[in-house]
Amino acid sequence: MSEQALLGLADDELVLGWRDSEWTGIAPLLEEDVAFSSIAQNEIGHARAVYELLAGADGDADALAFDRKPEEYRCAPLVELHLLEWAHTIARRWLYEVADEIRITVLKDDSDPAVAGLAAKIDREEAYHRMHAEMWHDRLRDEPRFQAAAEELWPYALGVLPAELRGELVSRVGLAEVDAIDRGTHTDELAPLWEEMTIVRRSAPAGAQW
Amino acid sequence: MAAVEIPRDEQAFLEYVQAGGQVETTDWLPDDYRAKLIKFIEMHGNSELMGVLPEREWILRAPTLQRKLALTAKVQDEVGHAQLIYRVVEDLGKPREQCLADLVDGKAKFHNVFHYPTKTWGDVGVIAWLVDAAAIISQKALLKCSYAPYARIMKKICWEESFHILHGRDVILAMVTGTPEQFELVQEAVNRWWGPLMQFHGNPIPPDEDPMYLWRIKSQGNGEARQQFLDGYVPQIWELGLTVPDPKLRKRDDGEWEFSEPDWDELKHVVTGHGPKTEERLALRRRFLEQEQWVRDAVLAA
Amino acid sequence: MGAGRGPRSVNELPVWEVFRKEKRGSAFEHAGSVVAPDADFAEAWAREQYGRRGESVALWLVPRDAIRDVEDWADEFGLKYRRVDGYSIKARLKEARERAGTAGPG
Repeated sequence: MSEQALLGLADDELVLGWRDSEWTGIAPLLEEDVAFSSIAQNEIGHARAVYELLAGADGDADALAFDRKPEEYRCAPLVELHLLEWAHTIARRWLYEVADEIRITVLKDDSDPAVAGLAAKIDREEAYHRMHAEMWHDRLRDEPRFQAAAEELWPYALGVLPAELRGELVSRVGLAEVDAIDRGTHTDELAPLWEEMTIVRRSAPAGAQW
Repeated sequence: MAAVEIPRDEQAFLEYVQAGGQVETTDWLPDDYRAKLIKFIEMHGNSELMGVLPEREWILRAPTLQRKLALTAKVQDEVGHAQLIYRVVEDLGKPREQCLADLVDGKAKFHNVFHYPTKTWGDVGVIAWLVDAAAIISQKALLKCSYAPYARIMKKICWEESFHILHGRDVILAMVTGTPEQFELVQEAVNRWWGPLMQFHGNPIPPDEDPMYLWRIKSQGNGEARQQFLDGYVPQIWELGLTVPDPKLRKRDDGEWEFSEPDWDELKHVVTGHGPKTEERLALRRRFLEQEQWVRDAVLAA
Repeated sequence: MGAGRGPRSVNELPVWEVFRKEKRGSAFEHAGSVVAPDADFAEAWAREQYGRRGESVALWLVPRDAIRDVEDWADEFGLKYRRVDGYSIKARLKEARERAGTAGPG
């Protein structure tokens, strides 16, 4: 997988982890709040691991994660959306996990052993995310709110994957293929997210310790 | 060997718990004990839950991946503690939904410190280092609670809190050895939080006038807890070159700390629902409780 | 999936008792409880509440209703012969040693 594509994976996990951590303390049930927070932490952990790989031994993963301008991020529009409503949140989680599994499966066969190894580790953690998403999908699939949310997010979900992998996503999700909202442009939600995400970091000179 | 019989008489029960005896959910409990217990434990659960709100915004703003992860984990622990605590209250007979409804309706209390705003990353450090430290002192005193189910969860809570203080101190140390502006952020946060911290352990009621102590729900008086906090943490503050905004603060030769009288009016005003952020935070809770009611109703149904 | 489900308050969700095994070789110990609509949710939630720090190698989840409480025993006749504290051998041991001439000082 190309460096750009790996950066896309890392940025997806960072921004989705950021969005998912917005539920801390306000999820529908306390038990779910705790579980959901672990998912958010895992996502950020995955992002960190990929940034570290990309930054190299002497590089700075934090600089890669936070010090680019918004337009330089390679995340898919799906993860940028501000969705502080449970049906949309679960719809996104579920769609993302299906797409991500397809992506990670390809990555596990990467010619670079460091990348393949990292993908295997990520996949083992993602197994629990998938269980969680399936569990909620099972409970919500007949809810009109959930069905509407899934249809609304579907074009974005297709945009998580490159064109050649979308057929697989279509067959797993069971919705008719539509035009994807592609990676490469950003929603207008990313800029305010980046503002808030970097506000403390930008308050000190580059290289300051925290 | 015959099981220990819990005496079904309030006076004998009092003597039993004061001698170190513990009780379980299915034992006979005097009405007053049960009522005070529920109120105390519920306030603790409410505090853990409300404590999340001042901190959660900073998860989003954390300046490094490590700090983002650590802060998320810390706040997650607080939600987890709320879950443990409300389970204890539920088993005593008050349903969780009722506790949450009372909380957002302003009918139930939570600790003073969670009614105040957080303004900078300095607050993030001070809360994890000093506010959590004040809380842990109270929590350690609950390890011997006469009500065994509560004492047992306190063990897990204290174990999990141990990393919070270390994380807090790490955040503070990074800033006090960073830029002068970062040092100032910490000092400014200490200045703002000192008043609420000194009020945190409550009015210095003598233990034998404190029903929570008499029933051995707490094993320590308020004044003693405050002294422990000062003894443990003022030296830590001073050794970093930070000051405490109380000219009267000093340790006497006999080991007792002297300090300016905390503002008990402010404490009362705040915990009765008039803190600077009380209404806004309860409104946020209320909004999400209502918004996600359908999840609990429709989805968690049999 | 929808059929057979009636509305239920979250207050009526089943309680699942959680037992955890801290390390290989330890016994399962009672750790706490979660409320959850079914075993899958109970598992997902108990995993995080009782294992996110790697503090457990295994969990048992048991619906509270499945647990039978046993709390009382009759011991009217003090059958102490079955226990170590039912025996007091000091006096006879001393006498036996004296007879055999093997009693030590004191």
